[in-house]
Amino acid sequence: MPRVIVCIKQAVDVTQIRADPTTRQLITADASRKISDIDKNALEEAVRMKEKQGGEVVVITMGEDGAKTALREALAIGADRAYHLNDPSFQNNDTRVTSLILGEAIRKLGPFDLVMCGEVTIDSFSGITSQRLAERLGVPLIMYARSLKLDGDIVTAERVLEDRNETVKAKTPALVTVIKGINEPRIPSLMAIMKASKKEIVIWNVEALGLSKEKLVSTLEITEVLAPKMERRKIMIKGENPADIASKLAKALIQDGVVGK
Amino acid sequence: MSEVEGVWVFSENAELTLELLSKGRELAHKTQTRLTALLLGSDIQGQAWQLIQHGADKVLAVDNPRLKEFHAELYLSAIVSLVNQHLPGIILVASTRRGKELAARLATRLETGCVPDCIKLDLNDQGNLVAERVVYGGSAVAKIIFHAKPQIATVPPGTFEKPTPNADTTGQIVSVEVQFEEPKTEVAEAVQVEASRLKIEEAQTVICGGRGVEKKDDFKMLDELAKLIGGQTGNTRPLSEDRKWFSEWVGLSGHKIRPELYVGCGVSGVIQHVAGIRDSRVIVAINKDPEAPLCEVADYVVVGNLYEIVPALIEALKRELKSA
Repeated sequence: MPRVIVCIKQAVDVTQIRADPTTRQLITADASRKISDIDKNALEEAVRMKEKQGGEVVVITMGEDGAKTALREALAIGADRAYHLNDPSFQNNDTRVTSLILGEAIRKLGPFDLVMCGEVTIDSFSGITSQRLAERLGVPLIMYARSLKLDGDIVTAERVLEDRNETVKAKTPALVTVIKGINEPRIPSLMAIMKASKKEIVIWNVEALGLSKEKLVSTLEITEVLAPKMERRKIMIKGENPADIASKLAKALIQDGVVGK
Repeated sequence: MSEVEGVWVFSENAELTLELLSKGRELAHKTQTRLTALLLGSDIQGQAWQLIQHGADKVLAVDNPRLKEFHAELYLSAIVSLVNQHLPGIILVASTRRGKELAARLATRLETGCVPDCIKLDLNDQGNLVAERVVYGGSAVAKIIFHAKPQIATVPPGTFEKPTPNADTTGQIVSVEVQFEEPKTEVAEAVQVEASRLKIEEAQTVICGGRGVEKKDDFKMLDELAKLIGGQTGNTRPLSEDRKWFSEWVGLSGHKIRPELYVGCGVSGVIQHVAGIRDSRVIVAINKDPEAPLCEVADYVVVGNLYEIVPALIEALKRELKSA
């Protein structure tokens, strides 16, 4: 019976982020938090696999106290057990350290068939933590899967690259990242949400993972996060009719030198 | 000039390697080190001179039949062993999907930092690499400083322009043998993706269709406009992901473009899309809704029905271009 570990991240809903127009500082405090979109696809795929083949889905997240709502939602979607990696020393790290922490947690969880992640999170949009995690675990890595099949100890995925699509096979245990198009995540029923609210969420801190804080030092430092400057002319082209508008626009584009060179 | 602390560039894509060489040249100059291009593949010796002509001081070439197809473990093990021998200070890798897999795994084996998808790279007063990248779905740009070496950065295609080749330049080409690690995955089947729309990054003009385009067939109208002014059509993510009309899209998570002219037809302009077109020289928004976010970041805004405006624009451009 397959045992699948899904790594999820609670991310700020980027569509709700605003910026101060003068300082260009981001205003994120009132933006809601949610399971990062593609992580949810990974979870959905794992739950579908369990529904077909049996087994167990374990969900883990690293984050502050508030991240437990993401784990509650994951339990409602169909995860069987949830682990919250929460320690002050886990905050504000780079992907090198994050993968170290996730790797230790997965090792502590014991044998698994698959680890699944979304290809990228909506907030930092790095898309490199899962590769690092696969290295930490020393397992095969299949990235950008748009379909997935587990047959005994062989995982087969159809993956999407820029210039070609590949069918890739690997022996489990393995790590697979999925793309958004792999499925349409379910919205959990009220009953499932009620049941999930009673389930236990296990919290592991730095001691529980047996990590020394000295190892959790970022090699990168973020010095500034600012909204980009967008200075555009915003010229409204108006006219009597479409032909008139089009003619004015055509002249403006030729004038700007972007057409008819 | 010391080889230690030098600047290395790598991409499995020959064209993208050239793009990296221009930024690599600048960083090597500022750090007073050598610029080395890694060349991995099978039967690749012919490409080495091209790299020298485009600014590399040195080419480290691993020519092996096993490297004919990209396989992460083969490429990774080769590069790790070269890095451990030569200790470069900076490694630039093109942000293709394969490149990002490679760079992140390389950084892990070397226990160092990796900043993906850098849109700007420079050095601070201490000589550390400073990278800028887009975060929060395009809402912000983060500035990040490296504090460990090698400093590994990946660079999206089209970020830097290819340098002008110089046929008279000289450089060193070194062939190396390495030990390979066995691949952990097996590619059972590969299907080439239709190449017609792959090079959208290179288009001077992009006519982009969004959800306002009602049928896939209506792209013929956008194609006509694009052809008329020497451009290409593109589309937003929902047309690929929700309507399944195409397999790719323009935006932060797809193709990031910066053409001379971008025309959004029925494109609302969610921040992820805008982040992928932000550096276009001139942005035109054609939309029924004057409140559409794209109108806020456009040079020209046409509020109207694209089914009326686009055909009229085709006629107007034909007329104007003829008289010009």
